[in-house]
Amino acid sequence: MAKNDLKSRVQDNVIWKSIFRPGSIYRKGYRDTSRDRALAAMNNVLYHLHPVKVKRHGLKLTYTYCLGGLSFFLFVLLTVTGIFLMFFYTPAAGAGTEVAYLNMRELSASVTFGQLVRNLHRWGAHAMVFTVFLHMARVFYHGAYKPPREFNWVVGVILLTLTLLLSFTGYLLPWDQLALWAVTVGTNMMGFTPVFGEQVQFVLLGGVEIGPNTLLRWYVLHVLFIPFITVVFLAVHFWRIRKDGGISGPL
Amino acid sequence: MSDEVQLDQEVYDRLISEGKSERIARAKAKAAAVRQAKIAEGQSLGPKPPEQAEKALEEFRSSAGGGGVATKAAAPAESGAAPGGRLTPEERAARVQASLGNGGEAPSRGVPTSSEHTHRLLALVPPAGIQQVQSKQMDKVYTWPHLLLVEFVSLLAMGALLLIASFFLDAPLGSLANPNEVPAINKAPWYFMGLQELLRYFHPMVAGVTLPGVFLVMLMAAPFIDKNPSAKPENRKVANLAFTFFASFWGLLVLIGSFLRGPGYEWVWPWVEGLGFTL
Repeated sequence: MAKNDLKSRVQDNVIWKSIFRPGSIYRKGYRDTSRDRALAAMNNVLYHLHPVKVKRHGLKLTYTYCLGGLSFFLFVLLTVTGIFLMFFYTPAAGAGTEVAYLNMRELSASVTFGQLVRNLHRWGAHAMVFTVFLHMARVFYHGAYKPPREFNWVVGVILLTLTLLLSFTGYLLPWDQLALWAVTVGTNMMGFTPVFGEQVQFVLLGGVEIGPNTLLRWYVLHVLFIPFITVVFLAVHFWRIRKDGGISGPL
Repeated sequence: MSDEVQLDQEVYDRLISEGKSERIARAKAKAAAVRQAKIAEGQSLGPKPPEQAEKALEEFRSSAGGGGVATKAAAPAESGAAPGGRLTPEERAARVQASLGNGGEAPSRGVPTSSEHTHRLLALVPPAGIQQVQSKQMDKVYTWPHLLLVEFVSLLAMGALLLIASFFLDAPLGSLANPNEVPAINKAPWYFMGLQELLRYFHPMVAGVTLPGVFLVMLMAAPFIDKNPSAKPENRKVANLAFTFFASFWGLLVLIGSFLRGPGYEWVWPWVEGLGFTL
């Protein structure tokens, strides 16, 4: 009796009803009926991603291995851990101001969970490159890029490129020997772009060689610019999945 | 609020005292005032009294009596209709036709011509105006709980895997970056090792710009090159073979670059000279 009273006091008020739409399972409770199953998908923000009903064959784990979903999950995880890392990091380098590298040392030495979150961010990034690639392979082998999904495949290839760029720009930020020289190898290649190779390299490095300007530039690219572009393309990618008729197949 | 919106104060007070809301009381009082005003002007209220309605109906029937349709329905008693001087559907159709000026057989669109049909056509939509939905009926299940459960479990599994890995394996951190000291082993991140390996064989412009550029464009163009409409593996052996070839070739380059290259980017066997690879 007291329990029901509490429940109705929590649920029967303007604030609760303003948060949960009519038909939300949090508004009046959930009963396992077709109607409530439909409403559970329809009356929350997930409706942007999933329709009320999906093809049965797509549920089989061995059809998708959930690779697209996992890539998105890793993107969210990297955003969350990345925000945490930003609190303890300053993208400053150069003689006398080696703050970035110092921050990395402090992160693992004196920040609670600092090392763990950095590990999650690092391994998550490698895992994301891997899952995005596997997702692409899965889509190819299922012929899922065929009409009407051609354009979404193109968006997917752009997202793969963005994933690589995100990972690569993050690689420089620890500002250790590993980062500096790995990035040197990569950016030297960009200098060989036909016609305006030197200009491309200059813009990317913020100078003629990797230095403090490069660190600041890549930091901004890594935490703001590329994630923003990626989110835009992700939105298009997810929207097109639904508009093109959901998951491909069955084969 | 001039004299055109008068309230019948008596009615208003009575309704308020009965506990009606102010809005209802005001509306009803206004209606009462209007009614009184009409009576004062000598107008009649409400529907026509039965005798007047009967009279109007008789007039109509006698005037339309010569028409084809009206004669068929000349006996309203058959269909048991016309209570209180109303028209039967047949008569109404005849009346519409008469007003439209064609006394022929063709009934007017949207007007029921017999009392058998109780619904009415509201509009005709041309086929071009209807969105053609071609989707087939498919075997579908509810997203909740089926799909969301699978997704949630795989999300938890991936999260657990990463957490365990992060607990036991620390991300590498070398010594402070020093532009003047080239390390013996100098490698790009693993996903770019294919490019670095290509750099070993080709001019940097080819290995670093042309080949990856062509590769990326080919990848994007795949759906436009592969015109085969079938998605079945047995019908697209060439496409699958080509993708497998390129993917394995790329994977091979990455593996060679990552594990079989050592100091000075020379060929090494990892079990002899150690692993020159950092994630």
